Amino acid sequence: MTTTDAAETRTDPASGRRAGVAVELRDLNRRFGEVRALDGFSLDLAPGELVTLLGPSGCGKTTALRALAGLEAVDSGTVVVGGRDLRGVPVRQRDMGMVFQSYSLFPNLTARDNVAFGLRVRGQDKAARRRRADELLELVELGGRGDRYPHQLSGGQQQRVALARALAPEPQVLLLDEPLSALDAKVRVALREQIRAVQTRLGTTTLFVTHDQEEALSISDRVGVMRDGRLEQIASPAELYARPATPFVAEFVGTMNHLPGTTTADGVEVLGRRLPVTTGRPAGAEVDVLLRPEALLVTPDPHGTGVVVATTFLGAVTRVHVRVGDTQRSGARPGGDGTTVLVDRPSAAVAGLGPGAGVTVEPAPDAQPLVA
Amino acid sequence: MKQREVPAWVGVVPFAAYTVVFLGVPVVAVVLGSFVDPATGAFTLDNFGIATSGVYLRGFGSSIGLSLVTALVPGVLGLVLALAVRASPSLRLKRAVATASGVFANFGGVPLAFLFVATLGSTGLVVELVKAVGVDLYGAGFSLYSFWGVAIVYGYFQIPLMVLVITPALEGLRPNWREAADNLGATPVQYWRHVGLPVLAPAVLGCMLLLFGSAFSAYATTSALTSGSLALTPIQIGSFLNGNVLSGQENVGRALGVGMIVVVGVLMALYALLQRRVSRWLQ
Amino acid sequence: MAAVISDLGATTTAEPPAPARSRRRGGSAWARRLVLVIAGLYFLVPLYAAFRFAIGTSDGGVSGAVFAGIPAQDGFLDAITLTVRLAVIALVITLVLVVPTAVWVHLRMPRLRRVLEGVTLLPIVVPPVVLIIGVLEVAPPELKGTPDLLALVYVVLALPFAYRALDSGLQAIPLTTLVEASRSLGAGWGRTLVSVVLPNLRSALLAAVVLTVAMVFGEYTMASLDQYQTFPVWIVVFQQANARVSVAVSLLALLGTWALLWLISLVDRRRQSPEDT
Repeated sequence: MTTTDAAETRTDPASGRRAGVAVELRDLNRRFGEVRALDGFSLDLAPGELVTLLGPSGCGKTTALRALAGLEAVDSGTVVVGGRDLRGVPVRQRDMGMVFQSYSLFPNLTARDNVAFGLRVRGQDKAARRRRADELLELVELGGRGDRYPHQLSGGQQQRVALARALAPEPQVLLLDEPLSALDAKVRVALREQIRAVQTRLGTTTLFVTHDQEEALSISDRVGVMRDGRLEQIASPAELYARPATPFVAEFVGTMNHLPGTTTADGVEVLGRRLPVTTGRPAGAEVDVLLRPEALLVTPDPHGTGVVVATTFLGAVTRVHVRVGDTQRSGARPGGDGTTVLVDRPSAAVAGLGPGAGVTVEPAPDAQPLVA
Repeated sequence: MKQREVPAWVGVVPFAAYTVVFLGVPVVAVVLGSFVDPATGAFTLDNFGIATSGVYLRGFGSSIGLSLVTALVPGVLGLVLALAVRASPSLRLKRAVATASGVFANFGGVPLAFLFVATLGSTGLVVELVKAVGVDLYGAGFSLYSFWGVAIVYGYFQIPLMVLVITPALEGLRPNWREAADNLGATPVQYWRHVGLPVLAPAVLGCMLLLFGSAFSAYATTSALTSGSLALTPIQIGSFLNGNVLSGQENVGRALGVGMIVVVGVLMALYALLQRRVSRWLQ
Repeated sequence: MAAVISDLGATTTAEPPAPARSRRRGGSAWARRLVLVIAGLYFLVPLYAAFRFAIGTSDGGVSGAVFAGIPAQDGFLDAITLTVRLAVIALVITLVLVVPTAVWVHLRMPRLRRVLEGVTLLPIVVPPVVLIIGVLEVAPPELKGTPDLLALVYVVLALPFAYRALDSGLQAIPLTTLVEASRSLGAGWGRTLVSVVLPNLRSALLAAVVLTVAMVFGEYTMASLDQYQTFPVWIVVFQQANARVSVAVSLLALLGTWALLWLISLVDRRRQSPEDT
């Protein structure tokens, strides 16, 4: 994982696209009894940007999205869209398109009538809204399915209709509330790319909510990781992955190894190797060192300190599960019974490794550890 | 070790047999009897001639009219009440209404008649109350024992019945739909017109049919309340069973019974046709 | 035929409501309250009026003695005993018929569900007053001489409600999976039904029981025409002797049933699953 200059990974999302509007959520608070669903939550979306809120269930991400839509009241804080304060503005006048997790299509209307619904309630004439609905169905690659009723469509198709319906009235903001989580893995991947393509093309400012980190990293301009009603970190996907600001973010985004290590004068020693990193701790302190599986190397070594427990074939790479025991030259905690370390290597490179093989695990020379 | 496959239909035999014995056979007996001349035992259509004329024809008229009114009006009121309860955040209210509906929907007969005699009878509580503020209900032509008086009483079990049977259908209205409509700019009226009511229509129709059946066959309440002053078909049939019957007309009661079955049957057929129209999107 | 009959059970087995939407439109909240108040008046005022009547005394005073004297009234205990007996017989037959049938149809003949739905509608097409004519005509004399005939016919009246309640209960559980799991672990059909299926149908069974018992305790038409003094018939007959007591009994019966249902719904309350934020 090579991180280039973090500040520059945030591209200007508006460049080369039609201008959307800016969205500003400022210091939102919302309590449900004892639970603080939003706790001083603030977020800015640049015009045309796709920002994803990522977090475990109950972290407040859905509340944030619903507060923006006006479906959820907030105890305090402001919502400004395109320079307009939306306090007191009812949902139906907020001009936002929303895609729900599932089953949000009106069951008594055909796909076309669903898409045209927003235009119908705005009083557009029948021919115009039919034209526009067909155009949007075409956009989500459902041209020709306009006469189907929702229950005659697959889950993925339903969500595409829902997307078309949300976009039909040309909303200022598009809100996606876990629109993919009820779908099959394969459909999910295809649809998320389609959502991103359509969003890029229309340049609609979009807030996407998900608990799936892969989804978040793959289609967003920026990803905000939420925890207990607050933003833990917001950054581009690359930066979030490479430079998680907190162990929570590190844990939540991608896979992390927790390894025992010792601080040195200019870094940290882990698995027998010294890595440069700023720890802010005196030398000799015992610390948790966080390393991505791809930042580790594994080499066959009958006299090594690790034993392969299992291997998981992931396609191009294979994940090797290695048990490193107490005999580790350094790093292992006294009395500990060892740790399982995950190492991702090109599948070809580790083809010979099977359970029981002795190995040595060490950090790659350019590994970027995170010290907790 | 009884792994031999039993044919699937075997499982429904007891159920089917019971229904045939205790429902099918009696109904067939009534139908056959309705074509029999009690004096000669010969086939005749006279019973139907009598059953569809004079006081009996008027009885069908009032029965059907009363049942339509007390299916439609309490149907709508029950729907509104069920929606109001559903929109309420109070779980206690919901539970109270659910249990109360179960009780009131089965309430009827003399106890119900008493309640309303004490309330809207000529010296009832409400009648006295509005008299005190200068409105004389009975002087204005109202009577508890008239068509509209009985209709008000029927509401006491019809509205809860509607609440009881329509509530599960309301659970099928997903909050997502309302939110999506809101989001797309629809007013509440637009939501109900284009989505809410069309989605509910099949269930509402079915429930109103049930309400019609319930009112149409109601016997105890009317018999207690009007003691015969309002001619309704079930009361007339009951009087045949009680032996108040002219000789030679013993089987007219059976013909009336067949008539009731036909009325509900026709209504069900109409309902099935209508149902197909309003639930096109379900097929 | 679509579902026209439903049940108490469905209101408790339905999915948990969405997280409370806090944005209640002001206007509709008022409308809602107005509807509830009007409904409350319509249903409570007659109860109050009847109560006032029952506690009134002939000399214009007020006395609660009428309630205390109920159990001692002529025929009251006989009527209650008879009605309970009919209710128990009807309930047992109904459950024995309906439970295995509903489960069987769900498992083996799902396509028959619609047919059965139609069949359970038939008792609504045939008014009780018509059914009792036919029953009295064809019943063998030895059955006609006993009130138990009524219980047997009540089963037919209870079938629609009981079947619907169970049907919607079965819809709500993954029946096939449960049964296959149980069978694959070596349980026989009987054991599967008793220890796996029925516990999962608790709500629906309760609803079926309540609806059947309530039906028997309220049925007047057939009982009176078959000339047996069940509870509802007794109230009518007794009313001619003492109207106040009759009203008092009616009120107590109503409130008693309500309290019972209320208790059952409390016991049966389902935990609500937590939802995301």
